[in-house]
Amino acid sequence: MDETIDLMEDTTTTRRKVLIGMTAGVGAVGASFAVVPFIASWNPSAKAKAVGGPVKVDVSKMQVGQKIQVSWRKQPVFVIRHSKEALANLVQVESKLDDPSSMKIDEPYRGANATRSTSTEYTVIAGVCTHLGCAPKYYPEMESQPWDESWVGGFFCPCHGSMFDIVGRVFKGVPAPTNLKVPPHYFDGSILTIGEERGTA
Amino acid sequence: MTQKASGVFNWLNHRLPIVNTYERHLSKHPVPKKVNFWYMFGALASVVLIIQIVSGIWLMFGYENTEEGAFASVEYIMRDIEYGWIIRYMHTTGASMFFAVVYLHMFRGLLYGSYHKPRELVWVFGMTIYLVMMAEGFLGYVLPYGQMSYWGAQVIISLFGAIPYIGESLEIWVRGDYYISGATISRFFALHVVALPLILIALVFMHLVALHEVGAGNPEGVDIEKHLDENGVPLDSVPFFPYKVLNALVAIGIFGIVFSIIMFFFPEGGGYMLELANFEEANPLSTPEHIAPVWYYSPYYAMLRAVPDKLGGLVVMGAAIAILFVVPWLDRSKAASIRYKGVLSKIAMTIFVISWIMLAWLGTVPVTALRTTLSIIGTIIYFSFFLLMPIYTSIETSKPVPERL
Repeated sequence: MDETIDLMEDTTTTRRKVLIGMTAGVGAVGASFAVVPFIASWNPSAKAKAVGGPVKVDVSKMQVGQKIQVSWRKQPVFVIRHSKEALANLVQVESKLDDPSSMKIDEPYRGANATRSTSTEYTVIAGVCTHLGCAPKYYPEMESQPWDESWVGGFFCPCHGSMFDIVGRVFKGVPAPTNLKVPPHYFDGSILTIGEERGTA
Repeated sequence: MTQKASGVFNWLNHRLPIVNTYERHLSKHPVPKKVNFWYMFGALASVVLIIQIVSGIWLMFGYENTEEGAFASVEYIMRDIEYGWIIRYMHTTGASMFFAVVYLHMFRGLLYGSYHKPRELVWVFGMTIYLVMMAEGFLGYVLPYGQMSYWGAQVIISLFGAIPYIGESLEIWVRGDYYISGATISRFFALHVVALPLILIALVFMHLVALHEVGAGNPEGVDIEKHLDENGVPLDSVPFFPYKVLNALVAIGIFGIVFSIIMFFFPEGGGYMLELANFEEANPLSTPEHIAPVWYYSPYYAMLRAVPDKLGGLVVMGAAIAILFVVPWLDRSKAASIRYKGVLSKIAMTIFVISWIMLAWLGTVPVTALRTTLSIIGTIIYFSFFLLMPIYTSIETSKPVPERL
């Protein structure tokens, strides 16, 4: 008699545990599905995704050594026209650079030109520091600067002191982890289109 | 008439524990009979919390949470709404004063070992309040959509990008756009005015419930629960009313004077409380010459800049805050109060305070090579103070703590 009760109690407890486990499991799955809309509603809306088509800019009026700023997707894009000497000097700064060949990032035009762009003269880079997103400032002159006595010219980020060369490659020992990004672009004569590749439109 | 009133009161009191709660947590609640001015900042923090809630609600009447309207609506509050300027400056001064009193309150905790057994949870709830406050302050700073709002938010949200693998998508998810846009502002607004204040109030409640369970500490670190009278009330205690209340009223009066002087005469706090660049509307294409956080975040910002690595900087910054949570378990000293701790604790505390102030200053000035070196030294001292605490508090000889207060 006692044994039967014990056995019954055992089976009821086990059954109860299984049922509680199953209910909790199903509840947890349901709860995670219920969370989805709350999380997903924070993603960029269809409206935000739709904004941000390509922009065109005429670069023929630019002086050699000049930098202009173009707004693409409300973010600054830097276009710099380099002299031949400046581009020839790029090899010399490579010992100071962390990633001279842009192997750490998804570089769209790797190895095509010293400028990192599709042009032999112009550099097109996103003006967004890869550290924490400030817009780096352009200091092209080769002269001593408060942050670097042997400054060779390039970009300096005022926020946290990251340094990049004139084509946006990051220096060693600075907070920025990677080179400035090269946005998709193409040149049609002197008209530069930022935001798409040739022939994708 | 009085009989009628007490009848209503009795009816209520039988259904709602008014008298019990009032006596237990306010009028008869025993507090240590000897404390000093350091014990006033908790009360002041609750006063500022009320100021922030009230002025915040009034700001909402004029504020517009859109990309196009945010900056203009703040100017509208400042210029067109009657007394709008005082409401806004009350809120911005309140934000700085909130951190000021909370930092002093936290320092009191470190000084007199307020986190010692059995008050560990009080400390942990307090640190959680501090963490939520930092988020709340950041979100609020973004709302006017000035230059510093924009670029400050750009930097802070980019911190998420340092997290491996998911970083970049997380950044976009937090912003809800590819830049800090109207989508970002409206969600920050909702978090700033509803979600975080609710959490904050709940945490303050828990902080006080936990405190009242174990009782307030004192600058001597004496356990007043050891000597009780025949009613079980500590002999070295006085009732909350009138002793603590009247004390607090004096402190609140002095605080009110300081608060008003700042609000009326120095609402910008020399650019440390409201940064001058924030009087210019956000421009996503141009970073201000110099980005500095408001003063209450600057020590952490200095630490972030001290580390020449994106993820490393984030980790150090997070660890600097996380380590505060475990202080109750790092301090091995028998004495709670600095008064009875050994000489090593006193030296450590002095160096820590100096380096914290240095970091706070470094976080507000532009980077130079020397300042980066100083930031690194300050960061090392900050962490050493906490990480070496188990060692120096156990090897030093502390003085015997008195039995009675």
